[in-house]
Amino acid sequence: MAQANTPAPARKLPGSLDTNRRLDRWLSINPDGTVTLVTGKVEIGQGILTALIQMTAEELDIDVSRIRLKPASTAFSPDEGITSGSRSIQESGLALRHAAAEARDLLLARAAQKLGVTLESLTVKDGVISARGGGSATYWELATPDLLAREASFDVSAKLPQEHVVVGTSLERIDIPDKISGKPSFVQDMKLPGTLHGRVCRPLGPKATLQAIDVKEVEQMPGVVAVVRDGSFLGVVAEREEQAIRAERRLARLAQWTLGPALPANDPRQLLTLQAEAETEVISSKGNPDTGGAKQLSAEYTKPYIAHASLAPSCAVAQWEGGKVRIWTHSQGIYPLRGDMAQVLGLPEDHIIITHAEGAGCYGHNAADDVTLDAVLLARAVPGRPVRVQWMREDEFGWEPFSSPMVMKLNASLDDQGNIVNWGHELWSHAHSTRPGGRGGVNLLAAWHLEKPLPAAKPGNPPLPGGGSHRNAIPLYDFPNQKVTNHLIRRSPLRTSALRALGGFANAFAIECFMDELAEAAGADPVEFRLRHLKDGRAKAVIERVAQMAAWKPKEKGDGERGRGIGFARYKNLAAYIAVIAEVKIEEEVRLTKLWGAVDVGQAINPDGVINQIEGGMIQSASMALKERIDFDRATVTTRTWDDYPILRFTEVPEIEVALINRPEAPPVGAGEGTQGPVAAAIGNAIHNALGARLRDMPFTRDRIVAALSA
Amino acid sequence: MTLTLNVNGKTCAVEADAETPLLYALRNDLGLVGTRYGCGLGQCGACTVIIDGKAVQSCDVPLSAAAGKQISTVEALCSDTSLHPLQKAFIAEQAAQCGYCASGILMAAKALLDTNSNPSDADIRNALERNLCRCGTHSRIMRAVKRAAKELRGER
Ligand code: FES
Ligand code: FES
Repeated sequence: MAQANTPAPARKLPGSLDTNRRLDRWLSINPDGTVTLVTGKVEIGQGILTALIQMTAEELDIDVSRIRLKPASTAFSPDEGITSGSRSIQESGLALRHAAAEARDLLLARAAQKLGVTLESLTVKDGVISARGGGSATYWELATPDLLAREASFDVSAKLPQEHVVVGTSLERIDIPDKISGKPSFVQDMKLPGTLHGRVCRPLGPKATLQAIDVKEVEQMPGVVAVVRDGSFLGVVAEREEQAIRAERRLARLAQWTLGPALPANDPRQLLTLQAEAETEVISSKGNPDTGGAKQLSAEYTKPYIAHASLAPSCAVAQWEGGKVRIWTHSQGIYPLRGDMAQVLGLPEDHIIITHAEGAGCYGHNAADDVTLDAVLLARAVPGRPVRVQWMREDEFGWEPFSSPMVMKLNASLDDQGNIVNWGHELWSHAHSTRPGGRGGVNLLAAWHLEKPLPAAKPGNPPLPGGGSHRNAIPLYDFPNQKVTNHLIRRSPLRTSALRALGGFANAFAIECFMDELAEAAGADPVEFRLRHLKDGRAKAVIERVAQMAAWKPKEKGDGERGRGIGFARYKNLAAYIAVIAEVKIEEEVRLTKLWGAVDVGQAINPDGVINQIEGGMIQSASMALKERIDFDRATVTTRTWDDYPILRFTEVPEIEVALINRPEAPPVGAGEGTQGPVAAAIGNAIHNALGARLRDMPFTRDRIVAALSA
Repeated sequence: MTLTLNVNGKTCAVEADAETPLLYALRNDLGLVGTRYGCGLGQCGACTVIIDGKAVQSCDVPLSAAAGKQISTVEALCSDTSLHPLQKAFIAEQAAQCGYCASGILMAAKALLDTNSNPSDADIRNALERNLCRCGTHSRIMRAVKRAAKELRGER
C-alpha cells in the first residue's frame, strides 16, 4: 500500500498560544518577585483579568498578589484579535494556563540542575522550589530573560481540575477597589500633560453631506485651538472640555447638510421587503421537512434595532509626534483597529501605537473604535498635544452601531401524542459584525465622511457553529425532521454590528416562545415538554434545576395578573447552558418581579464572577425585552438621550437568584452572553401565562399588551 | 473668571466660565476624576456628588450655583487609612461590573444613609432611582447598601 504523503495535521497549542507561540509574549518572571502577565484580551467589565490571573497563578504555584498586568498594546501584546463572544477564557485563558505550566517546568528543570537533585524531589510553594533532601531556589533568582525566549512546546500538561486551589475560588476582582474609590480607572479619566479636548459635529443623518460652513466665528470662540474640516467630517479642538462642547454646538447650528436617501419605516418587517437581496442558506436540514402531523402551528417573532447604550459615552486619546501617532482606546481589538487606522492615515502600521485603556461595559461593538479615529483626526491638527475626545450622549445613541432588527418565522407539527415531529425556522437579519478588520474597506465612522472617503468593508456574518445572524437558530432539541433557513441582508439602513449574543438573542427568544406555544397546543407543561424533546443531559440538568429553584408547579395557570414562564438555550449551541424562569405581575406595565437562573459554564474559574456576569446579563436582557428600541424618522436616528431610551431602573429590576452547576471536569466557557434569549423568552412566556395574550414582538410595551389583549 | 469652590473640605479656586457645569471643573481642574460624565443631561447619575447634604447631578449644576456650598465627591468617602463602610460593602458584595456607575451610586447611597440609618429595600431603590447601571449590577448594589447600613449602625 502506498504511503500517504500528506503531512500529519499540525498539532494545535491551547487557545491563542497557537498563533502567538513565544512564551515571553505572555509572561515574564521578574527578579523582584513578581510575574508580569500580558494578554491581548481586555477588561470590559466582565472580570476577565481576574480570571486570567487565577489561571496563571494556579499553574505557576504562586500567590495571585505576585501577578502584574500590562495593559494590552500593539507595542508588545500577543495579537488575539477581538475580545468578544465570551471567548477570552478559551483563548487567552487556555494560552496562559499552558504558558504558565511550561514556565514552571522550565524553572523546575533549572532548579534540579542547580541543586543537583532529581525533578521528582522538587516541590514549589509561592515561587520557592525546595528539594526533599534540603536546598532551595526561587523563581526570581532562577529566571533569566532567556528562560522564556522560546516557543511553547507540546510536552507539558497543565494541572488536573482536582489539583486546583486558586481556580474555582471566588477571588475578589482586582479592579474593584480602585473603581469604588474614584481612582482614575478608565480612558475617560486619562490626563496627559497639555491635554486638549475635542468634539465632533456629526452629519444630520447617516448619509448626509456637509454643504457649506463658515467656521470663522467658531475659531474665535474662547479656548478654541483648531477647527478641523475634511469633507463631511467636522470637529473642534479646545483648551477646556466645556469650551469644545460649546464650540461643537455652534458648529452644529452653522453647518448646512444635504440629506441622504430617506430612511425606511422603523419596522423589523422591512427586512421581508428586501428578500431580493437576501443571501439565503439552509443551515440545517434533517429528515423530511414536509412531514405533517396532527396539528400544525406557525408564528412570527420580531426584534427591533437596539443599542449597546454603554453608560459611558465612548472616549479616546491621541497624540501625534513626528509623523507617528500614539493612541489610548477602549477598543475591543487593538490590532484590527490598527490595520483600519493605517489605511485611513496612509501610514505603516508600526507608526501607530495603540494601547488599551479600560472603558465602561460595552457589550459588543459600540463606538469605541469610531471615537478613536475622531481623536486621531483632531489631534493631527495640533501635533505634539494629546487630544481627548469623548462622544456626547446624543452622539453615542445617534451613531453607535446597533444590533440588527430581526424577523423569525417558525412552524412545527405535533403528532397525536403531542410530540414535535417537524420543525421549521426561517430568519431575516442584517449583519452582526462590522468591526474594524473587515475585508475590502474600513469600518470606522469618520473614514466614510472624509473628503476622500474610504468604503466600508463588507458587513460580516460570523460562520457557524458559533454563527452571527444564525447564532442559536438551530434548535438544541431533538426533532426527527427540521429545516432552518438564514436570510442575510447585508445592506442595512442604519449601521449594525455585534451586540451581546448577536442573532442568538432573537433566535433563542423565538424558539423558546414557540416551544411554549407548542406545549400549550399539546396540552403539556412547558418544563416537561422541553425535557421530553432533549437528549443532552447538561441541558436537562439546568432546566430541572431552575424549575426546582422556582418551585415550578406543572401546568400552573396565571391568574390574569401574575404569571411565570421559562426559557432555555445553550449559548452558540456549544458554550454555556442557561435556563431561566421569570415571574411577572401585570400592572400599568409589565413588572418583572423575579428571575431565577441555572447555569452550567463547565469549569467555573471564578464562580462569583460567573454569577455576577449572569445576573448582569439577565437584567440587561430583561431591559431589552421590556423596554428597548431605537427610533428613527426619515432623516436620522431620533433616539438621543436616556429619556428616549429608557432602561430598567433600580425601582424596576427584579429580585434575582442564580445557581451555578459547576463541572470542574468540563472545559471552561465564557458566561457573558448566554442569558439574552432565555430571559426574553421567559418573560414573553410569563406574560402569556399571566394574561393568555402572546407578545411576539419585542419590546413588550404597555401598548403592545393592550393590543394583544384586544386582538 | 475665578470661582471659589469648597470641595471635600478644601477651598479651591477655579478659573472658568461661571456657566461651566461643576462636573468639568471637578474632573479637569481639580483632578477629581471619580465623578463621571454619562449624559450631561441629569439623566444617568454617573456624575452624582453631594452638595449641602443632598445628592445632585454635577453635570446639571453651573459653577455659579455651586460656589459657596459644601461639595463632596467620591474621593472623600475614604480616609487615607480606611475605606467607608459603603466601599467595604461594595467590595464584599463585588457590587460592580465595569464600575463606571459606581461613584455616582456610592454618593447617592451615602446621601441616603446620612439621613436614614435603616433603609428598607424600597428606600434604597427610590434613593438610587436617578442612577443608571447598564451592566445590571443592581441586586448586588442593593445588598451592599444594606450591608453598609448595618455596619454603620454598629451591627455586624
Ligand atoms: S452625567 Fe450627569 S446625570 Fe448623566
Ligand atoms: S457596573 Fe457598569 S454601568 Fe454599572
